[in-house]
Amino acid sequence: MTAPALPDLSGHFGRYGGRFVPEALVRALDELDAAYRSAKTDPEFQAEFQDLLLNYAGTPSLLYPAKRLSAKAGAEILLKREDLNHTGAHKVRNVLGQALLAKRMGKPRVIAETGAGQHGVASATAAALLDLECVVYMGEMDTQRQALNVARMRMLGATVIPVTNGSRTLKDALNEALRDWVASVDNTHYLLGTAAGPHPFPEIVRDFVGGIGVEARAQCLRQIGRLPDVVAACVGGGSNAIGIFHAFVPDEEVRLYGFEAGGDGVATGRHAASITGGSSGVLHGARTYVLQDDDGQTLESHSISAGLDYPGVGPEHAWLHDTGRAEYEPVTDAEAMAAFQLLCRTEGIIPAIESAHAVAGALRIIPEITAEIGRKPTIVINLSGRGDKDVHTAGAYFGILDEVETLVPGEQE
Amino acid sequence: MSISDVFAKAKSADRAVLVGCMPAGFPTVDDSIASMIAMHEAGCDVIEVELPYSDPVMDGPVIQKASDIALAAGVRTRDTLRIIEAVANAGAPVVLMTYWNPIEKYGVNAFARDLAATGATGMITPDLIPDEAEEWIAASDEHRIDRTFLVSPSSTEERIAMTVANCRGFVYATALMGVTGARTAVSGQAPELVDRVRHADRDMPVGVGLGVGNGKQAAQVAAFADGVIVGSALIRCVLDAPDRATGLSRLRALSAELAEGVRNPEK
Repeated sequence: MTAPALPDLSGHFGRYGGRFVPEALVRALDELDAAYRSAKTDPEFQAEFQDLLLNYAGTPSLLYPAKRLSAKAGAEILLKREDLNHTGAHKVRNVLGQALLAKRMGKPRVIAETGAGQHGVASATAAALLDLECVVYMGEMDTQRQALNVARMRMLGATVIPVTNGSRTLKDALNEALRDWVASVDNTHYLLGTAAGPHPFPEIVRDFVGGIGVEARAQCLRQIGRLPDVVAACVGGGSNAIGIFHAFVPDEEVRLYGFEAGGDGVATGRHAASITGGSSGVLHGARTYVLQDDDGQTLESHSISAGLDYPGVGPEHAWLHDTGRAEYEPVTDAEAMAAFQLLCRTEGIIPAIESAHAVAGALRIIPEITAEIGRKPTIVINLSGRGDKDVHTAGAYFGILDEVETLVPGEQE
Repeated sequence: MSISDVFAKAKSADRAVLVGCMPAGFPTVDDSIASMIAMHEAGCDVIEVELPYSDPVMDGPVIQKASDIALAAGVRTRDTLRIIEAVANAGAPVVLMTYWNPIEKYGVNAFARDLAATGATGMITPDLIPDEAEEWIAASDEHRIDRTFLVSPSSTEERIAMTVANCRGFVYATALMGVTGARTAVSGQAPELVDRVRHADRDMPVGVGLGVGNGKQAAQVAAFADGVIVGSALIRCVLDAPDRATGLSRLRALSAELAEGVRNPEK
């Protein structure tokens, strides 16, 4: 079966996606779209991108058979080690691609929003490498939760602007970046950090991170001689998930699972599970699933993971959900932290708390998948980032921080 | 009176229309009604009621803050409709400015129906471009709501023509590349944008917003535009006032100053 290429020319995935933006941004989005179309078919651009991925970012990342975890879990688990990339997450792929695009469009300045700080660090890194000015908007709550990443960005030469309005998290950082962009669009590229926002961002980001799935699929065939039964990823905005899903979408026998941040549990209302716990709406330039009240006001999301703490999701996930091609389920903070600890202890890998959601979700579905296929399932989990940035959060969670003055000024419980 | 009538009447008096903006429910439902009626009495020809929204990406700090205050006080979409009705009943032509998600959540056709029932005549959609507005165009046609989309200095000629063709009542020209908020000087890009709109449609009234904060600036904009749209500067009158009475008197004073400005264009 050949599915039509999505998004369509106007940027829609079915009824999702599109462009719900002020008119002031339309020309910039059109220019970006045109620049991307030409870059996509330009061998020189693609060669430069691939060269940076290979020689700078350190990809392809390993597909690692996690034997001890597998033994505990009763499944064959393969970890796509995006945590080993330069800057410690899948996001480096997207920022290198977009920074090259910014160069190509002659824009000397990039702006970015960041939640956990991973996209901010990645943006600052790409900007340093390609000699671009970089301004990162970060919710004040997150600058406190992720103070080390703020320092990293500054070391790399970026300006970090704490956003103090609204809920002071990722969604407000995104608002502020959009406001900057409306005023600065002539010389500035908005280096959007996830596969969300107005067209063409969901498509561009998906394509730049799509190497994750292309690699994982080829590695799977090479290493185990067949495709996996399940591909699992965490979903906040959803870039790492769409990055690993996309190459597998045509493989109908491969089940795709996205695990959203369930926070304290979807039933409590304190969560960030936009698909499982939200409804269709318009946020940040696209129609998608949104956490909102009866009046369409955005609700604050909650997650132990700053990178998943966002009340929306990329529009392609909304479409994959509605068509049934991918399953989305919530994973609570507690489940994620248990998986975090298990991965530390069984494999010697400290994952990002975001990625721990994918591990937890994968562990949870093993019995049902086993029953369904009548054998031990093979599961590829996208280990989208490393956990160095989360050591303080996790240390506090597990109560293993010694009673000493914190090393990180400004960080709060 | 319809928005078209307001613009026609002002044109025959050789002056521009003054549109004054205030968020619904800021700081309370009743206060916002009082503010809007005061603005109208003191010289705002049209009251632009902004529906407070949690993520107002086109708005600068003043409207964000006022919207946050209204939302924190618990204002709901149905309160906004009630406010519009009260202000329209007091004799003011009212247009609603709203981000799109609250309308989509309410139900597009149902909202157009209920908005029309309040006596509002038009709706401005800052984050809905005609490309995505099929449902809204059908609903606003059915319920006879005037549609105002935005044009910007960055809009191409094709997009200006397409956008203006989808407007009814007036088109909103954003004077500069940026968000709402008073500026020290009127944007140099605004006159050219108004010319470009007129080139696409010489009869469509053009309202210019973003950055106008005093009578002098209103007079400057009135020299080249059909309407002068003022938001943040008016909202500040209430936001910065030590008490309610002072806020209202400042609001009247600024409305009168702006009304004077649109009657004395700086040719």
